[in-house]
This record gives sequence, C-alpha cells and structure tokens, in this order.
Amino acid sequence: MAGSLKLIALALVAFFAAIGANFAQDLAYQVHALIVLAVAAFLFIRQMRMMGNGPALTPETGYMDDVIRYGVVATAFWGVVGFAAGTFIAFQLAFPELTLDIPQTSFGRLRPLHTSAVIFAFGGNALLCTSFYIVQRTTAARLWGGNLAWFVFWGYNLFIVLAATGYLLGVTQGKEYAEPEWYVDLWLTVVWVAYLLVFLGTLWKRKEPHIYVANWFLLAFIVTVAMLHLVNNLAVPVSIFGSKSVQLFAGVQDAMTQWWYGHNAVGFFLTAGFLGMMYYFVPKQAERPVYSYKLSIVHFWALIFLYIWAGPHHLHYTALPDWAQTLGMVFSIMLWMPSWGGMINGLMTLSGAWDKLRTDPVLRMMVISIGFYGMSTFEGPMMSIKAVNSLSHYTDWTIGHVHSGALGWNGMITFGALYFLVPRLWNRERLYSLAMVNWHFWLATIGIVLYAASMWVTGIMEGLMWREVDAQGFLVNSFADTVDAKFPMYLVRGLGGILYLAGGVIMCVNLWKTAIGAGQTRTAAAVPAE
Amino acid sequence: MYHILREIADSWGLLSMTILFLGVVVWTFRPGSREVHDDIANIPLRNDEWRED
Repeated sequence: MAGSLKLIALALVAFFAAIGANFAQDLAYQVHALIVLAVAAFLFIRQMRMMGNGPALTPETGYMDDVIRYGVVATAFWGVVGFAAGTFIAFQLAFPELTLDIPQTSFGRLRPLHTSAVIFAFGGNALLCTSFYIVQRTTAARLWGGNLAWFVFWGYNLFIVLAATGYLLGVTQGKEYAEPEWYVDLWLTVVWVAYLLVFLGTLWKRKEPHIYVANWFLLAFIVTVAMLHLVNNLAVPVSIFGSKSVQLFAGVQDAMTQWWYGHNAVGFFLTAGFLGMMYYFVPKQAERPVYSYKLSIVHFWALIFLYIWAGPHHLHYTALPDWAQTLGMVFSIMLWMPSWGGMINGLMTLSGAWDKLRTDPVLRMMVISIGFYGMSTFEGPMMSIKAVNSLSHYTDWTIGHVHSGALGWNGMITFGALYFLVPRLWNRERLYSLAMVNWHFWLATIGIVLYAASMWVTGIMEGLMWREVDAQGFLVNSFADTVDAKFPMYLVRGLGGILYLAGGVIMCVNLWKTAIGAGQTRTAAAVPAE
Repeated sequence: MYHILREIADSWGLLSMTILFLGVVVWTFRPGSREVHDDIANIPLRNDEWRED
C-alpha cells in the first residue's frame, strides 16, 4: 500500500518536473527540472523493482550508522571540491586570465560555488553525519524515523547539487550565503523539517535521562537555521516556471534581514553546530569528560542570547539606524566572553591529559581548531568596533578573518571528527597512517597561517590606501592602485590554499585506506549485548 | 508598528530576557547540581556499544 502510494507520488513528481522542463523560462530552471525528473524516475524504477518483495527485513536495532558512513564520504568529497574551487578562484584574483572568458567560470559564479561548497556541502554534511552520530551515542537510542534519516541525507545533497548547478548557470537571489532561488529554498525547508524531526524524535526516545550539552548546541543550530532560512528567503516567484523571484523586503530592511541571517548562519551553523561537535569529540578523543559542565551550560545560553543580535555589525556606516549599528557592535563585543568560555572549556578538557598531544595528532587537530576558534572570536568582536570596522570593512582583512574561522575552526574540528569516526564506523582498529595525519595537520596549519597573514597585510594596506589623502584633501590612490599593490599577497594566499587543499587530499587517501582496511585486520563488529 | 516593537524591545523585552538568562545561570549553580552535572558530563564516555533492554 505504502509502496503504491510512493510510486504514484514519484510519478507525479516526474510528471510535473517534465512539464516544468517543457515550459521553463530560463536554462537553470530547465536543467533543475530535468535533474528532478531524473531523480524521480530513478526512484520510481527502484521502488517498482522492490514491489512484491514484501517488507524489507532490516532489523530496527543497534545504532543507525550506514547513513553516517555516507555522510562521512560526502563530507570528505565536498571538502576537497570546495577547497579546490576556493584555491582556483584565489588564483583568478591574481591572474584574471583564469576566468577563461567563459561566463560559467567567471569569479562571480564560482565564488558562491566555493562558499556554498565549503559551508553547506562540506560543513553541512559534516554537521548532518556527526549530529546523527552524537545524538545516538549520547541518548543510547537509534535514530528516530526509520528511513527519514536517508531522506535527510539524500535530500540535502540534492539541494547542494541544485544550488551548485544554479550558480554555474547564473541563477542567484543575490543574497550572500542564501543565493539559491525560491524552489531550491522550498526544497531545503522540507529537508530541514525532516532533519529536525529525526533529531527531536531521537531525543524523545532517549534512554539517558538527561540531554547532553552537545545536543543542545545541535538542536539550537537546527532550529535557528530553520528560522533564519524562512525569514531571509521570503520571496515571490515571478513565474512558477522560472527561477527568478522578487524579495519581500526592500532597502535597508532587506539588508538588515540579510545580515541578521548572514551573521547567524555563522553563529548557529558554523559555531553552535560545530560546538556540538567539539563538546562530543574532544572529550571522546581525550577520553575524559568535559572540563566543566556548568561552564558549558553558561556557554550555551550566553551564546544563544547574544549571537542573534550581532548581525548589524555587517552594516556599519550604512543607511541602517545608528542605534542598530551600535547595538550590533555592543553585542558582538559581549560575545567575546562566552566564546572564550567555550574555548577554555574545550582546551581544559585536556587538563591531566596534555601528554596525549605529543602522541595523538588527531587530538592535536582538535586542539588547534579550538585555538583558531579562540583567535577568530577575538578578531571578530574587535573588527565589529566601528572605528576598526571603518578600516577593515570591504577589505581583504574580512576575508582573512572568515578563513581563519572557517579553515581553522570548522575545517580542523571536522577533520578531527572524521579521523575519529572512520575507524569506528568501518570497524577498524586504528587509522591507516598517523604520519599522514601529521602531514595533514602541518599542511593545513601552515596553509591557514599563510592565508590569514597575507590577508591581514593586504587588508590593512588597502584600507589605508583607500583613505589616504594628500595635503589638498584629494585621494592619493585609485582603486586599481590597490589591486596592483595586492598582487604578491594574493600569490601567498593562493599558496596557502594549495597547502590546505593538499592536506585535504592526503586526508581522503588516509580515510579511504582506513575504510578498506589496508594494512590491518577487521576488528570484531560491534555485537549487541545479550 | 515599528515604534511599538522598539518600545517593547528596549524595555520589557530586554528586561525579561536578561532576567531569564540570569535565572538560567543561577539555576545552573544551584546547590546539589554538581552530581547531576558530573553524571551528564560522562554520557559520551559510556554509550559506544549498543545496549539492548
């Protein structure tokens, strides 16, 4: 019965996708309709072949780990794709010939491809699979909802594909980090509600009486991202058969909504979610409970209460009312304290186990990620101060700040989590090679240092050049002068990207060799206790 | 509408959120919370293997 209904639903989806492809008003919409058509047709055939087999006999017991294994692979894959795209566009800025004079490979289209690939594809898949792992291991319960977790994983990755192809074909809402158009946004909403249900359902049937703090952070991430996504993407499609839509807000209201979204995407996607990872994987890798559970509670509530107000610091010296700018600045500065509270909590979890840093490169990776978290959560509040912002805004300093947070904090904690997960998920005794983890660690670290340092230099330099006036009060430099002066630093930045990318590739090889069990025998699979 | 929301935001809204936050912090440090917190903090270290029950 359910199988027949599924068949009918898939046939309808394929039918309407075909109509959409036929009446499409622009190429991107047509391509997307065809992708949806192909996916629906594939699922239809798959479902049809399973009909008459009777219900599947997979036992609903034990932790649900297969979807997590897929998530780990997707994370590693998208990571390398995203790093490669970023490195390529870094060199495009140094050598404009690399845009190849093709619209699809222009910087304006590849840049959202890079940001979405690293944030939503790499970071998003990392959050999906680690949250599924963490919520099961901290509730002692199997994921709720049966195959719903599979829907979340594949649905989310379909969203990524639709977003990425849309960028290449020149479709965008023009909102930073919220570029996908209306129908892609609607699809993500469906997937996200399913994600929330899986997470809440698992918490609901937990066997531990209390909810561990990592789950609080992950739940805050899921709920807040849902709210941000809905409000910032309020738009009216021009046509049901076209990708173009018109924003509901206009002017400074639109700008404020966008940066309320944008900064909280940083605050809840890239911070709260990844703090959930930190609060689970650091204690696991160090084999000791978190330093202070009380501090983690205060960290959580302080972060939640403060972050949501910090967005206006993206709009200093704009048409935004002065009071709102000041409010954003003040809350950003206050945010420094909970951030460092969290950093101290993460680092001090190692107290009594510091010696492990000498022998365990995975733990070292997690620790340096917390270090970068501390660094960028100091730099951020400092840059939100209006006087500093008047120099730093619109310069490469901002790009450097973002990358020390993204490469350092999000990247490194994710690498640490992947190195933790792969041997356990594939039932291996250990990683294939710790030496390769070491190589990855140093390549990534040096890459970030090159990146951040060159962006500090070029950012402050161009900020100073923009405001330099001569004795008569005329500007000394034209914009092109600053572009010319930045060239050497752009090379250094590109080199940093290459090192970081190389580290990512080494990680993939190492994880692959670990998963296939090269050089080791399979450990006994976890058997449910009698 | 804008003015009503602004009035609420920087008076009762601000006050209630501040009190709520301080309440959470005070509650966290309530006497007797240490045992509960120690227990919760050890959750990640004990559920690696699936337990049937």
